[in-house]
Amino acid sequence: MNEQSNVVALNATSEPTAFNAALAEPTNVLIVGVGGQGVILVSKVLASLAQAHGYEVKQSEVHGMAKRGGTVFSHVRFGPRVWSPTIAKGEADVLIALEWAEGLRWLPHLKRDTGVFICDTKRIVPPFACRSRRPGAPMRYATETAEQVAAYVSEAYAIDATKMAEELGNERAANVVLLGALSTVLEFALPEWEKTVTAFVPKKTIAVNSAAFELGRNWIAEAKNEPPSADAAPAAAPVHAPYQPRLEITDAWCKSCEICVKLCPERCLTLNADRIATLVAPEKCTGCRLCEWLCPDFAIRVHLDPEAPAMEAAQ
Amino acid sequence: MHTPWQAAAALKSDAKQHRPLTGNEAIARAAWEAGVRVAAAYPGTPSTEILESLATYPSEDLHAQWSTNEKVALDVAMGASFAGSRALCAMKHVGLNVAADAFMTATYIGVNGGLVLVVCDDPGIHSSQNEQDSRLYGQLASVPVLEPSDAQEAYDFTKLAFDLSEQFDTPVIVRSTTRLSHTRSTVTVEERVEAAPRGFLEKPSKNVMIPAHARARHLSVLEREAKLKDYFATSPITRMEHGDDSFGIVTAGTCYPYVREVLPHAPVLKLAASWPLSEAVLREFCSAFERVLVVEELEPIIEKEIAALGFKVEGKRLFPRAGEFSPEVVRAGLVQAGLLPAPPSYNAWVPEPVVRPPVLCAGCPHTSSFMAVRASGARVAGDIGCYTLAVLDPLRGIDTCVAMGSSIGNAIGMAKAGETKPVVATIGDSTFLHAGIPALIDAVYNQANIAVMLLDNHITAMTGGQEHPGTGKTLRGEPAPQVDYEALIKACGVKWVKKVDSYDLAATHQALREAIAYRGVAVLISNRPCVLDPIKIKGPPLEVITSQCTACQSCMNLGCPALTWSDEWFEGRHRVKIDPALCIGCTLCAQVCTIDCIKIASPAVTQ
Repeated sequence: MNEQSNVVALNATSEPTAFNAALAEPTNVLIVGVGGQGVILVSKVLASLAQAHGYEVKQSEVHGMAKRGGTVFSHVRFGPRVWSPTIAKGEADVLIALEWAEGLRWLPHLKRDTGVFICDTKRIVPPFACRSRRPGAPMRYATETAEQVAAYVSEAYAIDATKMAEELGNERAANVVLLGALSTVLEFALPEWEKTVTAFVPKKTIAVNSAAFELGRNWIAEAKNEPPSADAAPAAAPVHAPYQPRLEITDAWCKSCEICVKLCPERCLTLNADRIATLVAPEKCTGCRLCEWLCPDFAIRVHLDPEAPAMEAAQ
Repeated sequence: MHTPWQAAAALKSDAKQHRPLTGNEAIARAAWEAGVRVAAAYPGTPSTEILESLATYPSEDLHAQWSTNEKVALDVAMGASFAGSRALCAMKHVGLNVAADAFMTATYIGVNGGLVLVVCDDPGIHSSQNEQDSRLYGQLASVPVLEPSDAQEAYDFTKLAFDLSEQFDTPVIVRSTTRLSHTRSTVTVEERVEAAPRGFLEKPSKNVMIPAHARARHLSVLEREAKLKDYFATSPITRMEHGDDSFGIVTAGTCYPYVREVLPHAPVLKLAASWPLSEAVLREFCSAFERVLVVEELEPIIEKEIAALGFKVEGKRLFPRAGEFSPEVVRAGLVQAGLLPAPPSYNAWVPEPVVRPPVLCAGCPHTSSFMAVRASGARVAGDIGCYTLAVLDPLRGIDTCVAMGSSIGNAIGMAKAGETKPVVATIGDSTFLHAGIPALIDAVYNQANIAVMLLDNHITAMTGGQEHPGTGKTLRGEPAPQVDYEALIKACGVKWVKKVDSYDLAATHQALREAIAYRGVAVLISNRPCVLDPIKIKGPPLEVITSQCTACQSCMNLGCPALTWSDEWFEGRHRVKIDPALCIGCTLCAQVCTIDCIKIASPAVTQ
């Protein structure tokens, strides 16, 4: 599920957008993703290209915690004169996202009227999205819909760059697919893009990255012609009959070994004053049955009672 | 009067001399060109790359080293200055706290060879434990603080700092911030000019700070500060930029580009040094305007000086005292002041797609250490490093974290105060060498009943993988003697020392239980290299046999980024899957899987 079609153009305009950096105002490109995806390479290529054109360039990112799987973002600004190294909210001309949720997170930085949003549909779900473990609990990850995005920005592309790079044999080239896509909305000539990309990627990967660049570039051209795909929205999560886990602990059989206490994934058991296993946080219990299975003395039984009748009975 | 507008075309003319450099690289380049002979630092975000960059210049030109902590680094740099060479010492803001003891006397001693401290503040707390304003140290020590606003100025001011240092016989602070240190822009560079060696200056009245000497030196420090004020008053690096508006802005450093972004044509007093401040310059500028606004990040240092001169000045009323500035923050302040129209407000949709804090890497050896720490039920004093992230869900293994090396001292205090839970201190290898050893000796001496877990991952990981005395390599990657932790700890008087492989979860649990049961100071060394540095470790990934997974979520309690929910369900709970691209095969999840459904992936998945 949640696989987005390879060709999705949300609100694609028929005319190609090209930002002319020779204008007085700097061009603002925001590149975002998750640590390790290659955000910095994208911004380095762009910065180098703009600098070769004689523009003043400022490229700003924050290192440090980025490596630990956190959000990574790089601001690239270029033009005849650039002051601030960072792009203000609502001021980005282009937002390039290497990961779906990160793209959504930074959307408010795009210019509402003219901003271009190019986003990989790659989903990197962090452990924090899987926190609620109650029966039937949804993953807390990017519930925003393609329609909401389309309504928010003037020109948006959801591209499965990671899959395209995988098909080329190197998932890590996804960022270069996006560079190819980016090349269609900025003014620099194709040979300059190719030359700069070649200079920045590892020598062994030049062939695959060149192919990736071309794929991304052609994809945008195609997307502008294709109507938006209908199956872009993620499939709905399956619904489960809710139930209430209930523990039946036979005190007389418990010998205080603490195995259930130590191994409960929700840490909702403890030994009480009489050193008998007790459920102290029933609201956390997910009914996973580990305690039942691991108890050497068969002192615990887990019941999954249907939720609604139980609630009514309680009232 | 300087014109800030440069012809962009000029950048093209001589490509060789113009380089895209980060603020940190520009500082390193300038130091090398200024003839620096010795450079020392302890790694700390955002300053780390300064020494890493200096180490790329020829070793015949300069000695660059990682020191065990910032105070040692400053002592080393001062030693080089005593010996007549130009020296640089780089640190993050909190590093200056560590070095402050030496620094506060270094200002009395002054310099022989030029001495420059590069101090990188972290407004916004991107990767630190506080956001102190280190400019205040300039005031405290009567030392000039140069505040560059972009990479070019970082380069220019660093070069100037060495000259000022020798001219005025003072250490000089070049103050950067995260934004400047990590922003890349074009810098015009030159070549190195060898500074003539001055030789050791034999002058005990200046070099040996006994009370009689120090009293005299304090007076010369005050004289020096007055001279520096005059220097900055007349130097072209202090710029009064004319403009069209009826109000004036006073600013310095990284705030200047934000001001110019929002107010391209306003009259601006751009200070090059935020300490010392020349009253004459402030007076001249402020008396020309009805309204004067000060735009400075963090503390109101310039604002207070102007207010002390009797001018009505607006600063922290409009621009916050906490957090990093940006064009938005400056604009909001000016809107509040009624000087700019409010920006059009959109009925803004704020997407909140996912919470993504930094996490311990897949296969991080700290993960299992904190699984054991949490299971032990101990009160845990944490420390500075990647493992501070263990405070978050699901590991939730740390109760306190203060500063480098604080964990052991904190643990001693907790134990002595009668904390009812067993007390454990967790500290990384580099942090232990930085400031943990004196605290460990303290624990032994005062017979504290604590267990110390030394999380030895063989690198300074948090800052991106720097060598330290325990790694066997120098900053330049050359072989070096290696600290023997067990011998060192035993020599401190610890009787219970044990090593454990933290990838062996059961052994780690067991060893930590023993360490806690021991009466007195016990040190458990959990020994496993970092998965990122110096070598990126990638073993065969594991996979979940989905049909067997009962979705108990035991493995999800590791907080491993390679583990996530699959699309399959079991009794209403998500079954788990492993991302083979992220998994490095540490097997921790397989060790916690109670029904044994996590195995090494079949070759099909591996590919």
